[in-house]
Amino acid sequence: MEGNPNNEIPNTKMKNALLNYTLSLADNASVMSHRLGEWCGHGPVLEQDIALTNISLDDIGQARSLYQYAAEQLNNMPTTEKTNLFSDMMLNAKIAAGENLDEDDLAYLRDAWDYRSLLLVEQPNKDWAYTIARSFYYDAFMQLFYKGLQNSKDDRLKGIAEKSLKEVTYHLRWSSEWIIRLGDGTDESHQKIQTAINDLWMYTGEMFKMTDTDKAMAVAGIGVDLAGLHKDWLNNIKNIFTQATLQLPTDIWMQDGGKEGHHSEHLGYILADMQFLQRTYPGLDW
Amino acid sequence: MNTLTPDIVYKLLASVTDPEVPALTVLDLGIVRNVEVSEKGNAPSVKITITPTYSGCPAMDVISMNMRMALLSHGIKQINIESQLTPAWTTDWMSEEGKQKLKAYGIAPPYRKAADTLGLFEEDAITCPRCGSQETELVSQFGATSCKALYKCLSCHEPFEHFKCH
Repeated sequence: MEGNPNNEIPNTKMKNALLNYTLSLADNASVMSHRLGEWCGHGPVLEQDIALTNISLDDIGQARSLYQYAAEQLNNMPTTEKTNLFSDMMLNAKIAAGENLDEDDLAYLRDAWDYRSLLLVEQPNKDWAYTIARSFYYDAFMQLFYKGLQNSKDDRLKGIAEKSLKEVTYHLRWSSEWIIRLGDGTDESHQKIQTAINDLWMYTGEMFKMTDTDKAMAVAGIGVDLAGLHKDWLNNIKNIFTQATLQLPTDIWMQDGGKEGHHSEHLGYILADMQFLQRTYPGLDW
Repeated sequence: MNTLTPDIVYKLLASVTDPEVPALTVLDLGIVRNVEVSEKGNAPSVKITITPTYSGCPAMDVISMNMRMALLSHGIKQINIESQLTPAWTTDWMSEEGKQKLKAYGIAPPYRKAADTLGLFEEDAITCPRCGSQETELVSQFGATSCKALYKCLSCHEPFEHFKCH
């Protein structure tokens, strides 16, 4: 195992924080990947269908690396420390039986309240404008986030960040170009993308919210100081919105909760779709 | 039987190609990081460390299996293939020979050092692999695989793929 974090994180609280942190990053990548994957075969033109599925594929790759790491952390914990971590019966039965968990168990056998993903990523595709706006907010954040995570004291997270940063930089270029193309396009495209960035705005605050897990990880030098990314994020998106002749939303009120397991009804539908097979035919392989 | 050495293993791996870009072997791609040979129970044991090009590259599983098959067919039974992320793979690791092979195959190879990153909207000037013209145009940032983008030549009008600098 690369960069065993358990040497540096002696107590259970810190171990749980690292696990939660890893899972929240994995969940973001996984749910985002699922949403983008829903476009497969429905893109407005072939090139954009391919773009969405390529980005989705990068996200699923990042999710896999992170879930694998989370599974290793869990497998290194004594059973007594992990009996009450999750609410799902199937997953808890596996843990109680002393089975080793893998990436699939964590993606397929945790229910919505065990998911630590941002509310932003579970928002529906709706139309092209909403899909682009969601990707743009997320990509602009993840680029700064992975830059920060490259300095993590945890070798595994550092390695995943290094790899993912290159990918997300490319995603950001794509979503930024679309923001400009739609904003500075026709009256109709301008109005649609302005509506989408306004409607999704209230889910952006959560990206910078420091939960107890975020705080513990930042203090330990493992995680990123999210609040510190906000200024750069805002400047970067302002710059693109200006080029796109779009207005930066001014609402101050922000909705959060996803990082603590309080999700909208949308996540339940995503998980039902994603998890149905493994819950109906446990362990099914193809 | 000859003693197995890493050199022999590398020679065997030279027959394993990327299923998505069959012009390139795994060695051309630069995804083999390390080969270790040891003895276990009087039989050679091989540990190969590989690295993914992109996090979600679906070819990695097939590549691992094909590496295993190449070694098995030469009587090597104890094979351990591990994946390592750091340092992250870059197109700089692709061999010069690999780049020439790509070009001959009709894919414009990466030419820029991966560390010389482009600005947000800067674009690479890509040479057409068929006619050599510099007059080309990006059609799509994303192509049939994560590692490629789609271009079109404005001189010979042929569409072509470009293996992105990454």
